[in-house]
Amino acid sequence: MVLEKSVLGPEDIEVRLLVDRVYQLYGYDFRNYAAASLKRRIRNFLRMEGLASIAELQRCVLQDRACVERLLLGLTVNTTAMFRDPSFYVAFREQVVPILRTYPFIRIWHAGCSTGQEVYSMAILLQETGIYHRCRIYATDTNEQVLQTARNGIYPQSQMQEYTQLYLKAGGSRSFSEYYTASHGSAILRPALRQHVVFGLHNLVTDGSFNEFNVILCRNVLIYFNQTLQNQVHKLFYSSLCKFGILGLGKQETLRFTAYEHQYEPLVRIEKLYRRRD
Amino acid sequence: MAFELVVVGTSLGGLSALRNMLRSLPRDFPTAIAIVQHRHKDSDIALTAFLQQFTSLPVGEVEDKTQILPGHVYMAPANYHLLVEPGIFSLSTDEPVSYARPSIDVLLESAADAYGERLIGVLLTGANQDGVQGLAAVKARGGATIVQSPETAECPVLPQAAIASVSVDQVLPLSAITAHLIHLCSPAGR
Repeated sequence: MVLEKSVLGPEDIEVRLLVDRVYQLYGYDFRNYAAASLKRRIRNFLRMEGLASIAELQRCVLQDRACVERLLLGLTVNTTAMFRDPSFYVAFREQVVPILRTYPFIRIWHAGCSTGQEVYSMAILLQETGIYHRCRIYATDTNEQVLQTARNGIYPQSQMQEYTQLYLKAGGSRSFSEYYTASHGSAILRPALRQHVVFGLHNLVTDGSFNEFNVILCRNVLIYFNQTLQNQVHKLFYSSLCKFGILGLGKQETLRFTAYEHQYEPLVRIEKLYRRRD
Repeated sequence: MAFELVVVGTSLGGLSALRNMLRSLPRDFPTAIAIVQHRHKDSDIALTAFLQQFTSLPVGEVEDKTQILPGHVYMAPANYHLLVEPGIFSLSTDEPVSYARPSIDVLLESAADAYGERLIGVLLTGANQDGVQGLAAVKARGGATIVQSPETAECPVLPQAAIASVSVDQVLPLSAITAHLIHLCSPAGR
């Protein structure tokens, strides 16, 4: 029934050929990305590049490495903000931090950290709750360019007003301006915030586990994957979490439609905070 | 081939239009309905709870990869685009389209891709053009298109824009839209 529904149109076949080509040539694997949003981003990319068709893009991919780099950025989504979904941080502070206090050393994997705003938000939360010195955050992304922005921790000052509001809603207990220095239209985050952060390249699609973690945060990343790939990544997360480790997903993400639903129990259901069973 | 999905887009004035539409749908309405109502990015699930009061069809906010089931009403969540794949929904946080996230165009275009002529696209009252391109895609893929008649819309901008650029199958007052949906989605409707 489902197969009958998913008869591929000509555009779908072109998309398939393009991502196959990108994978064969460069090893970046978009083959199991969610089809509808992938197609949308490819169409947007064609418009931005002034290309008439996917076939034309195929030719560029073959010849023009710079175009490939732009395509990789165009196919990934980097929407983020400090204290995005503030209620998540409130729940983390109240429900997760007390659990983390029982550990002598806390390893956190922030998978798909994009330009880093949510990593620094977590560092601030951990600092304010007095456990940051015992934490190490491994913040990973597939894209070196966004990771560099994350490492720098410099953001447009114009965003600070919004971030301040979100910080307060997230239960922040200080003045948000303590955390950055304003300079020439930029806000430079205090370097101490990344004292226990390690930024690194990691591709959820093709790379394996690299440590055992007490917490894995992966918010609004898996929505771009189809269910096959989601299950594959959940397998990776499950095997990378310690017993009773904590998994945090995005607001509209759920384990319900995955093969790992029963391996976790909800810790804060509405905030998509789960705890691994033993 | 029967219709399997109804996609509805609305912005300004949409709340009361949706309430009236859902209120007059029978409890055995056989087709899935997906709705984008433009909303503030911080709005919570109160919209879903509000609309649920007026219908016995289950109304829910979509989570990623929610299965599309007949007779269910699905709302796009605040601050996410709602996309349709064959048999399931997916979400994205891509940039807003015409300042909107969720965007009506994104829902309608992806639904047109996935459901083609098994799709009904509906545009109700609205204050901007988001939805017009989407309805054109529904039409181009052989789906049925319905637009609320501008003179009955709280805000006629969206209906007028749609009528001006898409050769819409039906332009109807709100009350007649529901009746027409019931007719189209009945076994004899096509």
